[in-house]
Amino acid sequence: MQENLSENIIEVKNLVRNFKEIKAVRDITFCVKKGESFAFLGPNGAGKTTTIRMLTTLLEPTSGDITLNSFNAHKNPNETRHSFGIVFQDPSLDTELTAYENMYIHAVLYGLKKEIYIKRIEELMKMVELWDRKDDLVKNFSGGMKRRLEIARGLLHHPKVLFLDEPTIGLDPQTRNYMWNYIKELREKEGLTVFFTTHYMEEVDKNADQIAIIDHGIIVAQGKSEDLKRKTNTTNLEDAFLALTGKDIRESFGSDGANRMKMWHGKR
Amino acid sequence: MERDNINIMIIYILWLRQIKRYLRSKSRLIGSLGQPVLFLVALGFGFGPIYAKAGGGNYIQFLAPGIIAMSILFTAIFAGIEVIWDKQFGFLKETLVAPVSRITIMFGRTLGGATVATIQGLIVFIITLCIGFRPASFWGAILSIVIMFLVAMLFTALGTAIASRLEDMQGFQLIMNFLVMPIFFLSGALFPTIGLPEALTIITRIDPLSYGVDALHNVLSGVSGFGLGLDLAVLSVLVVIITIIGAWQFSKIEI
Repeated sequence: MQENLSENIIEVKNLVRNFKEIKAVRDITFCVKKGESFAFLGPNGAGKTTTIRMLTTLLEPTSGDITLNSFNAHKNPNETRHSFGIVFQDPSLDTELTAYENMYIHAVLYGLKKEIYIKRIEELMKMVELWDRKDDLVKNFSGGMKRRLEIARGLLHHPKVLFLDEPTIGLDPQTRNYMWNYIKELREKEGLTVFFTTHYMEEVDKNADQIAIIDHGIIVAQGKSEDLKRKTNTTNLEDAFLALTGKDIRESFGSDGANRMKMWHGKR
Repeated sequence: MERDNINIMIIYILWLRQIKRYLRSKSRLIGSLGQPVLFLVALGFGFGPIYAKAGGGNYIQFLAPGIIAMSILFTAIFAGIEVIWDKQFGFLKETLVAPVSRITIMFGRTLGGATVATIQGLIVFIITLCIGFRPASFWGAILSIVIMFLVAMLFTALGTAIASRLEDMQGFQLIMNFLVMPIFFLSGALFPTIGLPEALTIITRIDPLSYGVDALHNVLSGVSGFGLGLDLAVLSVLVVIITIIGAWQFSKIEI
């Protein structure tokens, strides 16, 4: 750990979050390097989404520190918010508005100047191949189109970090493939840092530089895909994941996990 | 200065969003006119003869401002409650991760909701003109728009404050039956509040909509209960207080 600190774009120190008596995240510490693609994995209810909500300032930690792009998420929420873009697990578009209007609102919310956002919106919407549908209401879009629009929107203010919370859930292989290629291109071109969660292990193997696995609110393993396989003596990441987190299905096992599932139900 | 401009733009864009959503949902626009028209026609013409016999004069003259207030109340509360939709369908997250203070967001959407409710009130106003209502004076009609907007702000902020505390729409029925309906029925929108049983008099005095209805009666029908000064003072103070409470509740939302 002797690289200088500015190399880390995200630093999480002793992060804890309790929901009443339930400990959703219990003391996690990790760093994400600039330009890295970081996969944050874990079974349902392990604390992934809670962590992302804290990293993106939607939720106050019970204790611990988050530094993102050298801003403290608690003390400088607005600077922190300028530094990241996010694609949520569930769509967060206004479906009664057009694709362009959704982009436009985002540009205004982030205080972009007109001469900048006019150009960028066109650029990004062309990149995700939605420019010819820009005046259609989002409610008429397919799941894949909505996801593409959300990615374009998340990038509109040129964030340093892009959070993707299960971005490929419910998408067909074509769209998944397209999306990852696009993100890879962005990383190479812009040096964008990507922090993502997913349940598809082959996606992780292909797209992640670093992996952290969280279970029951603590990080149980961290490293490259090969490290995790070697450590668990397995040949593929899915087996490594199962070896690290167990084979029990979370809803039906463990009072703690069950409670947490109740928390999550409908309230991710 | 720069920051102020950005905040004004943000309030404007969130205001515009509410207006666009309203104008685009034609079914909502038309559907929400059904109730006031029904009330005006059924009650207005139904109770008209009895009201006249009792010496009250033309019931439509009395009822119209009350029905305008009703349509504003319902539209405004609904516009506030829409926060729950945004919670469930996700758009709220987009605004909450943006580098904008929650107060600005709340204020923008409340202004938008209140504008929509005021437009709704104006449409009902035009309908009342069609069925025979005649405002007391031209300037009274102009002043009524200000009163409509105050009432709209008050109840949009109230709806926002309530919705900020709710997880889903399951509590909506409860709010309609135990808050919105009583506010409407006990406001003097349908009957004069003079000479009521004492308990009811007290309740009508507590009901914030009473002051809106009274103010509208004042400027549109030329009859006054509390006096226009008191009405406007109560409405303005309540708008400030409820907006602050609404902003405070909104800023506590965790999703």
